[in-house]
Amino acid sequence: MAVNKQSAAESQAMTGNEALAEAMRQINPDVVAAYPITPATEIVQIFSSFHADGLVDTELVLVESEHSAMSAVIGASAAGARAMTATSSQGLALMHEMLYIASGSRYPIVMPVVNRALSAPLNIHCDHSDTMGSRDAGWVQIYSENAQEGYDNVIQAIRIAEHNEVQVPVMVMIDGFIISHGMENVFTLDDQTVRSFIGPFKPRFPLLDVDNPVSVGPVDFTDFYFEHKRQHHEAMVKVKPVILEIAEEYAKISGRKYGLFEEYMLDDAEVAVVVISSAAGTTRYVVDKLRRAGVKAGMLKLRVFRPFPAEELAEALQHVKAIAVMDRADSLSAQGGPLFAELRSALFDLPKRPLTTNYIYGLGGRDVPVADIESVFNDLLTTVSTGVAGPKVRFLGVRE
Amino acid sequence: MTVQPLTVEREELATSGASSEFIEIRWHGRGGQGAKTAALLMGEAASGAGKYVQAFPEYGPERMGAPVVAYNRISDGPIMLHCGIENPRFVAVLDISLANQVDFAAGIPEGGALLLNTSLTPAQAREKLNITNKSIRVYTVDASLISKETIGLPIPNTPMLGALNRVAGLLELEPLLASVRSKLQKKFRNKPEVIDGNVEAVKRAYLEVQGE
Repeated sequence: MAVNKQSAAESQAMTGNEALAEAMRQINPDVVAAYPITPATEIVQIFSSFHADGLVDTELVLVESEHSAMSAVIGASAAGARAMTATSSQGLALMHEMLYIASGSRYPIVMPVVNRALSAPLNIHCDHSDTMGSRDAGWVQIYSENAQEGYDNVIQAIRIAEHNEVQVPVMVMIDGFIISHGMENVFTLDDQTVRSFIGPFKPRFPLLDVDNPVSVGPVDFTDFYFEHKRQHHEAMVKVKPVILEIAEEYAKISGRKYGLFEEYMLDDAEVAVVVISSAAGTTRYVVDKLRRAGVKAGMLKLRVFRPFPAEELAEALQHVKAIAVMDRADSLSAQGGPLFAELRSALFDLPKRPLTTNYIYGLGGRDVPVADIESVFNDLLTTVSTGVAGPKVRFLGVRE
Repeated sequence: MTVQPLTVEREELATSGASSEFIEIRWHGRGGQGAKTAALLMGEAASGAGKYVQAFPEYGPERMGAPVVAYNRISDGPIMLHCGIENPRFVAVLDISLANQVDFAAGIPEGGALLLNTSLTPAQAREKLNITNKSIRVYTVDASLISKETIGLPIPNTPMLGALNRVAGLLELEPLLASVRSKLQKKFRNKPEVIDGNVEAVKRAYLEVQGE
């Protein structure tokens, strides 16, 4: 968690959705197109009241589906506008086709996504199945632990997406209900600081620049398609240093420092949990408790899942004896969740690999109490003492 | 104005098994009575007074009259936990007719407190609701009556906020009123009578809440 130097009295009590809507007001995008979906609805609902009150200059387009929302934002971005939308779950799934159009066309769109389970069965609560299903759509993915991080990440995402070396859309996640509808202290920046940080939008090849005509959405068969994908790949490689460079700049204006991931008590840790988003807070609490009891426990909270910081993760975790990888999504590969698969692959080249176990947890909003995280650390300590990792994939907090 | 504290000392609670790092609160009400808003207002009021806060409702099928639960965590330092609250030190009940569906005292640790919206005295309420656990303190305030007399509507959430702050020893009266006023001013710019009524309701309940 990014540490604040300010006192709580300088903060505002905001829900996650309020914090993201506030960031969008300060960004003042040229175009916002959206369709409501629980639990992300409030973001655009609040933003639309800013629009109605004349607090933003945005062209607000209320469309008939998320597929249309993403299409409208793509059109706006092609025209040369700074464009945003927000969604969740089924809405993101319905956008799936257009996500690839946005990223393949290299439009620097920024989209807050409130993580929610996918149907069926119908569920409105948090898990990461929705955005994990979009992990190969060519977007940058940044996950936030709490409302503060959601706010900070959306502002930084504008700079990341629009960076000359990147030009790739970015989705910024917060956990549904737990964060989106939970009120916490949020330290916001003033409007001028945000606006000078993001700067004016400079579209690279705007369709509306009639003096310099360009083709948009051309057919691209065996002749050039591969080269375009190769360039997209290269852009994703360049994202990591750009994220760090922008985080450095953001720390100067906010006092809050971000990385590709956060290492908590990891330097001398013998056991560690790797986790994404809100459950990281509860994990940090458990790490503190275990440290007080003399246990060398640590945590690594992943912020950037796409691009996947494999080398950096391997470096940060190489000394740990046993690692629990927490997935709030089951990719139903029968081999564990997506984070587990990628993290194990990242550790493969280490001369001495930590023992790893996967925990699928919190699906459909199942609560993750302190006792559950403590049980994970207990399993890790058993792994260290026996030298055996045990079952590769385990389920936390489920009734068998 | 000096008001006698109603609550036991923080140190005493710290040894009772309850978390001493932050205060946890659970709100019970029926859909439409403002339990969720009470938790959000509690969060806003406490953050306005320089505290770290969380406020979150338990989301289920939302309909008028159905049982609603909402929560707060309040602390002097940043709050990291993002899980449900199982052992709230304070429970505030906006509607005691929920008693046949809901166990208000569930999970309250020793030394914790139950604040009830009722015209009964704490002793009468304890007997009526059959709260046998003597380690839980019972407080009562007639929040529905206060809201009718001050706001003109039977919406007991703001008076309960006042009473809870006294019972929990959280904010003192003046900072609480200042914080509530400033939060309401943002929401009801064009309805000053709503602001005054609510501030009066918070103040009356703060002063009128009774302990055992």
